[in-house]
Amino acid sequence: MSKGRFGIHGGQYIPETLMNAVNDLETAYNFYKNDEQFNQELTALFNEYTGRPSLLYYAEKMTKDLGGAKIYLKREDLNHTGSHKINNALGQALLAKKMGKTRLIAETGAGQHGVATATIAALMGMECEVFMGAVDCERQALNVYRMELLGAKVHPVTSGTKTLKDAVNETFREWVSRIDDTHYVLGSVMGPHPFPTIVRDFQSVISKEIKAQILEKEGRLPDVVLACVGGGSNAIGAFYHFIEDKDVRLIGCEAAGLGVDNPKNAATMANGRLGIFHGMKSYFCQDEFGQIAPVYSISAGLDYPGIGPEHANLKDTSRAEYVPVTDEEAVNAFEYLSRTEGIIPAIESSHAIAHALKIAPEMSKDKIIVINVSGRGDKDVAAIARYRGVNIND
Amino acid sequence: MTKLSKAFENKKAFIAFITAGDPDLETTEKLIYEMVENGVDLIEIGIPFSDPIAEGTVIQEADIRALANGTTTEKIFDLVEKIRPNVAIPLVFMTYCNVVFGYGTEKFMQKCQQIGIDGLIIPDVPYEEKEELHPYTKKYGIELVSLVAPTSHDRITSIAKDAEGFLYIVSSLGVTGVRSEIKTDIGEIVSLAKSASDIPCAVGFGISTPEQAAAMSKTADGVIVGSAIVRIIAKYGRDSVKYVGEYVKSLADACHHQ
Repeated sequence: MSKGRFGIHGGQYIPETLMNAVNDLETAYNFYKNDEQFNQELTALFNEYTGRPSLLYYAEKMTKDLGGAKIYLKREDLNHTGSHKINNALGQALLAKKMGKTRLIAETGAGQHGVATATIAALMGMECEVFMGAVDCERQALNVYRMELLGAKVHPVTSGTKTLKDAVNETFREWVSRIDDTHYVLGSVMGPHPFPTIVRDFQSVISKEIKAQILEKEGRLPDVVLACVGGGSNAIGAFYHFIEDKDVRLIGCEAAGLGVDNPKNAATMANGRLGIFHGMKSYFCQDEFGQIAPVYSISAGLDYPGIGPEHANLKDTSRAEYVPVTDEEAVNAFEYLSRTEGIIPAIESSHAIAHALKIAPEMSKDKIIVINVSGRGDKDVAAIARYRGVNIND
Repeated sequence: MTKLSKAFENKKAFIAFITAGDPDLETTEKLIYEMVENGVDLIEIGIPFSDPIAEGTVIQEADIRALANGTTTEKIFDLVEKIRPNVAIPLVFMTYCNVVFGYGTEKFMQKCQQIGIDGLIIPDVPYEEKEELHPYTKKYGIELVSLVAPTSHDRITSIAKDAEGFLYIVSSLGVTGVRSEIKTDIGEIVSLAKSASDIPCAVGFGISTPEQAAAMSKTADGVIVGSAIVRIIAKYGRDSVKYVGEYVKSLADACHHQ
């Protein structure tokens, strides 16, 4: 079996044109991940530029209101650029720079990964082009302007469903066309090896911090870690250092759109089956002939028909659980956290909060839940207003 | 002599690609007969995929048209089964890995053998992942075509050594589609490949004029044209048959007169 496997999942299912590029990337990564200077530079940027470590905040009002388990929020929304995406963008950009690349390209769904990549490109003096589904450009117009402000060129993608999956297609097409000076900053734990491993490693800082912070605050590990999953980068980041701690339940919350039984959903674990797409073997929403399904979620960041291969394996081995959360539940949770804690979460992260609203009241008061608040919700305010029938003229 | 290398026997081969079901399967049937009539040596029948990442816009749009009118893998199998007795040249399927995997890899190959498909081209399965398909292509006598690209360098000899049918040389960086100029040193790739294997080498991606076809078939054993044909089909739809015939003849002649 080929490289980069998580159980049966993963691999490198990409055109021959890209093979030497991913092999070079793997060689460079294997060198730099153990390079002291690289790690010092990365840590310095994490701490001085993005504001790590992010806070682990005890949500006291929410805890009391729900009347069950104690709830902590991992505040990735407080990172510079407003989400966990910066962790990976920073790591990959630094790696690309060491490899002599001068140009970064990226796909983006909600725009958070695009903004993070554009930000780091500005910081490091690199060229940046971002591919974003035309539908997403519209529902996340603020982020399009942010990227342009940061000096990036944004390409609206008009093929297929005009969302994240099509943005990934188009970024691969761009990479095949220009490889020498260009690094593809893949935004999630997906795609061909070594991306799922590289992205996971850069995001695993989240669970590393949670572990240290919860031990300091509570003197023990949490009972549950909750995170939303699209491709799965914030979730794997939040899960990774707990995988060996078998008593910690790991729960990924996927986007069920209008419901898992309604065609308009993006619940890959609930509805997908094994497939090979976007460079990896994993679970995908698809029809009987292997055509990729046009998925839907209110959340542009979770509106993706697949999931990273490591998650697929965590599901196969029952180490993690994956639950569907509908648009309506996520919007309610978005509003709930805003009112209860004064924290406006990203609509993506709101899927994880929604599941906490379901399970926390059923758990006893001595239990602990950590929710990864992967991003902040400013970008979503206009869309949520529209969802509620309010026209705020963004 | 393998089934696909028959196309290269005593001549330079002209290989044509069309997307099955674009604009509909009845036209695909007519197009196949017309192309054979006009000197094509091998046909790549594209099974449309929702997300063809190696294709430029011309073939992407053909895939969308085909899928939108209800074309499925099953219906394409039926079409090939129907036309096979009337077509003597080798036929291969070109599609993406999930189309094969989603159908069931073994079932897919079994079906290919049954209907008379000779080979398979899957651009998103590189050398390292060949084992995903090869045990099944081998079992059912389907030749699995390997691709090399301008970026392949040190990989060319090992890929060529294990290649079956013919070696598909991707002429340029990027996706499929018409190019005014091909800058890659195809001769160098061919000679590297030939140092490892006597497999025929065919060049594709970006070729659209008889002049390009003639030039390429001087260095390589064959020429593959896809997007330029699909573009004619996009323009004339059901009436494209005679235009495709004329166009294909000009390319086949350019290759055969080398």
